[in-house]
Order: sequence, then C-alpha cells, then structure tokens
Amino acid sequence: MSSVPDASAAAPSAPPDLPRRRLVNILLGTGLLASAASFLYPIMRYLVPPKLPDLGGDSVLAAKLSDLKPNTAKTFRFGTRPGLLIETAAGEYRAMSATCTHLGCTVQYRPDLREIWCACHNGMYDLNGRNISGPPPRPLEAFEVQVRGDEIFVRRKQEA
Amino acid sequence: MASPATGVRDWFHERFDLEGIKALAQKKKVPAHRYSYWYFLGGMTLFLFGVQVVTGALLLMYYRPGADEAFESVQLIMTQVQFGWLVRSVHSWSANLLIFMAFAHMFSVLFLKSYRKPRELTWVSGILLLFLMLGFGFSGYLLPWNTLSYFATKVGTEIPAQIPIIGHPTLLFLRGGEEITGSTLTRLFGFHVAILPAIATFLICLHLALIQWFGMSVPPRVEAEWEANPAARREIRFFPNFVLRELMAWYVALGMLGVLAALFPWSLGVKADPFGSAPAGIKPEWYFLFMFQTLKLIPAKVLGMDGEMLGILAFGVVGAVALLLPFLDRTKPFNTRRWISGLACVFLGYMAAMTVYGWVAK
Repeated sequence: MSSVPDASAAAPSAPPDLPRRRLVNILLGTGLLASAASFLYPIMRYLVPPKLPDLGGDSVLAAKLSDLKPNTAKTFRFGTRPGLLIETAAGEYRAMSATCTHLGCTVQYRPDLREIWCACHNGMYDLNGRNISGPPPRPLEAFEVQVRGDEIFVRRKQEA
Repeated sequence: MASPATGVRDWFHERFDLEGIKALAQKKKVPAHRYSYWYFLGGMTLFLFGVQVVTGALLLMYYRPGADEAFESVQLIMTQVQFGWLVRSVHSWSANLLIFMAFAHMFSVLFLKSYRKPRELTWVSGILLLFLMLGFGFSGYLLPWNTLSYFATKVGTEIPAQIPIIGHPTLLFLRGGEEITGSTLTRLFGFHVAILPAIATFLICLHLALIQWFGMSVPPRVEAEWEANPAARREIRFFPNFVLRELMAWYVALGMLGVLAALFPWSLGVKADPFGSAPAGIKPEWYFLFMFQTLKLIPAKVLGMDGEMLGILAFGVVGAVALLLPFLDRTKPFNTRRWISGLACVFLGYMAAMTVYGWVAK
C-alpha cells in the first residue's frame, strides 16, 4: 500500500517566513476574520431583545372605588411592571411604581406602619414614595391618579 | 522565549497523550479516486445539522409554544427581532437542504456500495438518521402554527391512524388528543427540541464512530482496479488535506444559506384557525410529496383491500428494505449486485417523478 503525498502535505516543513506565503496568510486570515465577524454580528444583534411598546404611557384602570378601604393598598399592572395604589387613612389615593429602586423586588403597603416596605432588604418608603430608610437609593416613581365615576385610573406624570 | 500558547500546549501535554492523538490524525487517510467527491456529502449533511442546532437554539430565545402564542412569537421574530428573519429563514432553508443532502448521501452510498461488509451497521444508523431527519421536518413544520402547517399536520397524523390496531393509539400519541390543538403543538415542540435531538446526538456519534472505525469505503469497481494495478492506488491525508477541502465546502454552503435566506425569506403564512376550512392546494413539504401524491392516486379499493392501507403498507416495506439493505445483498462479486442499483434507480426515478407530479398537480 503506497500513499502518494500531495503538495500541501509538505507544508509544515516549509520555511514559514517566505514573504509571499506571509502575504497569502494575511489575506486569507483577514478574509476569514471578516466573514466570521459578518456571521457573528447578526447573531449578536439577534440576541438583543426588541423594544416592545411600553403600555405605561396611557392611563390604566387600577381599581374600582369599592376595591379599597382607607389604609389599604393593592397592586395593579402598569404596562409590563407592577404599580401600587394606596388609599391613605385620610382617604386620599396615591399611586406609584411598585418596583423597589434597590434591586427590583415588588414593594408592599404596611398598614401597621403606614409606610411602604420592601420585604427583600427591609427598604422603607413614605406614602409619597420617598426612600426613608434601608438600602433604596431613589424614591419610587410616582403616578397620577384620576377618579372617574367609581373607577380609579393611573397614568404616568406628564412632563411640563 | 515561551509564548502563552506554548505554555497552554505544554500544560495539556503533561496531562494528555497529545502525540498519540496527533499520530492518529496523521494516520487517517481518505482514498482518492474518481468518485471521491461523493465523500463530501456526509460531511455536508453534518454541517447543515450543526447550522440547525445553532439557529434552532437562537429561535428558542424568542419562540413560545402554545396555540395562542406560537404564531405571534414567530411573527415577532420575523418583524421585531433584529436579524430574526435571517435566523428563521436560514433555519428553514438549512432544514430543506439538510434533508436533500441526507437523501443524496444515502443514494451515493447505495450506488457506491459502501454499505457492504463490514459497514452494515453504519448504513443502518444512517437510515435511522434519515428517518429521524424526516421526523424533525414533520415536527418542526407545525411550530409556526399557520394554516398550511396546521392542515399538513392534520393529514400527516391521520395517515398512521389508518393502520389497524396500533393506528388510533399512534394518532393519540402524536396529537396528544383526538384533535390538533395546543397540546399537539407542545408535544411536537417537545419532540423537535428535546427527544429527537437526544436520539440524533447518539446516532450521529455512533455513525461517526463507525466511519472512524472502518475508514472510508472504496467502491468495488475502484478496488478491483487497484488490486489489478497497485501503483494506481491514491490516498490523501484526512488532516489537514481532506478537512480543509471539507471546510471550504462548508464555507461556501454557509454563504449560500445566507444568500437564499436574504433573497427568498421563508414566509409566515396565516395564523391557523382550527375551525376554518382547509385552503385549496394544500401540500406537505416537498420531501413528503411523493408519498402524499401516491396516496392521492391509489384508488379507494385495490383487490378488495383498502387503497390507503395498501399505500402505507408499501411505504413501510420500502422503509424496511432500505433499513435492512446490507443484509439482503449477500452476493460476493460486485457485478452481481446490479439488481440493487436497478431497484434504487427505479425508486429514485419514482420519487423524482411523483414529487414533480405532486408539485404541479392541483
């Protein structure tokens, strides 16, 4: 059984520093790199999730008047995230984002303390959403509340 | 001066027998003769399977199985996700080319008689892989949940239901119920992304190990010529010579997939309505067309037997013959194996004719 080596079989023993060989290697290498980049680039872009329309801009039906009693609260869907609607002991309505500004847990209303509490790391906010103790770095985003008939609507505060 | 690369190589060197692996890679040879080009088809099929794994995994990032969500999620991929159209179209194109390549590979192996002793099990594992690829095609077809795929799956699952005794349980198994519903979708999704890939991984490893074990087959005609004239025997090294050629073919294939996906992106169709009527001209994918057309042409009753049953039975026999081919071909000198080539030619001609007929028929 005889095997006939072909031309490229001798390649490893050839001197690697021939200028023409180096030029060909550079051309081939950059070409391959460029095409690899052109295959990887769409994949990288594909992995970035598309921005879906945020429904939070419009007003959202948060609750009916009968759902809440003074000094209670409920969470509602605001776009893709939860919101918190509170009826204060004085009968005022307050609405804000329910996502804790620390690490994103959903906060809750504590009727005993009359404050908003995040169970994850013991963060505290007052009824205006201001961070008053614990790790939260910023206040909760406050929303506008409108009562129409027996329904309570919440919308993002309009700028200017 | 030790570069980091040398350091890493030395680290592995101290732990593993790299010289042994290198020697093995250098020892492996591929016969070089006038039919050598056919050796590339198997590798090409493997490459397309790899493309399916990668694009399939990418599609999983956004796809949601479920009657209410599947169509919408594919729509999201096609319209909202950046390059989503590219990923899905490459997946569809590559799937079709993969099945084409698998058939081409099978027929080339058949005509070059590579299935003969000692490679019977390589052939059997290959045929099982071909069936598996058809299963991938069938299960993947429903996933976008459009009208076409809905009715194709309805018809496709109705066919095995014709078999006596095991027919109805098979239909229930495939559909996850009496009808095509969201349960069918989750079920076929499970087959498509978990069960079939697991079996395929095992079979591909087995297939490749067997090829590695026995080496490349030389067609009997070439073998006889080489035996008569030993000086004519030619071989090339598997690494790097054959591998580089194969890589070049893969590179071209990847470019072609990109071009096909960009120029002919796969359409999404209309969302399936389980209570809507089947649209006119409903057809399965091309690789099922020859069976579909045959079943359409068989009369309702043939010699007192149910026509549909007869057709299914015939395809079952063809499948069994294909699977067991190496064991049917026991004759020693290669020139007496003509009947197998003849049979394969007839079947290939039948497949091609029926596919074209099915394509143009109303």
